[in-house]
Amino acid sequence: MFIAIFSLTLLGGALGLFLGYAARRLAVEGNPLVEEIQAILPGSQCGQCGFPGCAGAAQALANHEAPVTLCPPGGREVVALLAAKLGVEVNLTEVADTVPQVAEVLEDLCIGCTRCYKACPTDAILGAAKQIHAVFREACTACGKCVEVCPTEATRLIPVPVTLQSWYWSKPSLQGATA
Amino acid sequence: MREYLLLLLSTALVNNVVLVKFLGLCPFMGISKKVDTAVSMGLATTFVMTMASASCWLLEHWLLAPLGMLYLRILVYILVIAAVVQFTEMVVRKSNPALYQVLGIYLPLITTNCAVLGIPLLTTQENLPFAHSLLYGFGSAVGFSMVLALFAGLRERLAIAQVPAAFAGAPVGFITASLLALAFMGFAGLV
Repeated sequence: MFIAIFSLTLLGGALGLFLGYAARRLAVEGNPLVEEIQAILPGSQCGQCGFPGCAGAAQALANHEAPVTLCPPGGREVVALLAAKLGVEVNLTEVADTVPQVAEVLEDLCIGCTRCYKACPTDAILGAAKQIHAVFREACTACGKCVEVCPTEATRLIPVPVTLQSWYWSKPSLQGATA
Repeated sequence: MREYLLLLLSTALVNNVVLVKFLGLCPFMGISKKVDTAVSMGLATTFVMTMASASCWLLEHWLLAPLGMLYLRILVYILVIAAVVQFTEMVVRKSNPALYQVLGIYLPLITTNCAVLGIPLLTTQENLPFAHSLLYGFGSAVGFSMVLALFAGLRERLAIAQVPAAFAGAPVGFITASLLALAFMGFAGLV
């Protein structure tokens, strides 16, 4: 048994060393700007900017193909950091400082037209024709497409409601610590 | 020489790994939408399969058999295959980033391509000498690449053909694959 353990460890170690050496030799240098931008972005991969994830958004930002205001969850702070990093002028007063949001369907206004259901890119809306629609909050990325298509203004974006799963103790305040 | 040629012919055509042994069907269906990517995937798999056959033979005869650890065979084989695939991935990423993007998840998935594990296990089972094992692996991989490229060509034509709605997409692909497998049955008895 010890021979087996020893030889397999040796084999694994040798292969690991070889791969480690190969990784050093064959390392690909990515665009350092992309990596720096990715470090600024929230990294929650929410997709609200329209890119598949923060990596795609960082790539587009580095190529100046997307505006620095693209990231809704990042808020003002991220816009300011991105503008400084890319050397772009931006009017910060136009950027709303938002909290995480989800879509909501107002049930007394919904006519069950299924337009939001068809527009939703993440299949977060439950519904059928002439049935009142509802939103799966876990799947919603708050992209706002349902708000645009709704003929009766029954969909809107609201801050993510606090539930038993998402509630947390507020951070201890400085006052409490000194008193 | 004649023996080696016959071995190559037998593994590539008569006992084709995809269409006769039905191993490695995942990349066969998954990466066969365009001929260029299919050929590249075939090249990567060829490299991995040949290296895996050779290194598995060496490990089998120099490590596992002398130390009486044959019960660890699959584990050791998988370890070696995973390392070779990792290495291939690094090389492809360095040498051809566009191809790396196109192959995507299928490149690391060569590790779980059952043909890559199946061929070394078959050569072990048949107790072939080293040169034969190497050729067996290489021949099978060539057969795999060839079938992948052939099938990709067929699917490129299929994409612009008029297919009944019920068969559009994957179903007609499967039907084509079965017809291709039937055609390859014609090689039986060649060697």
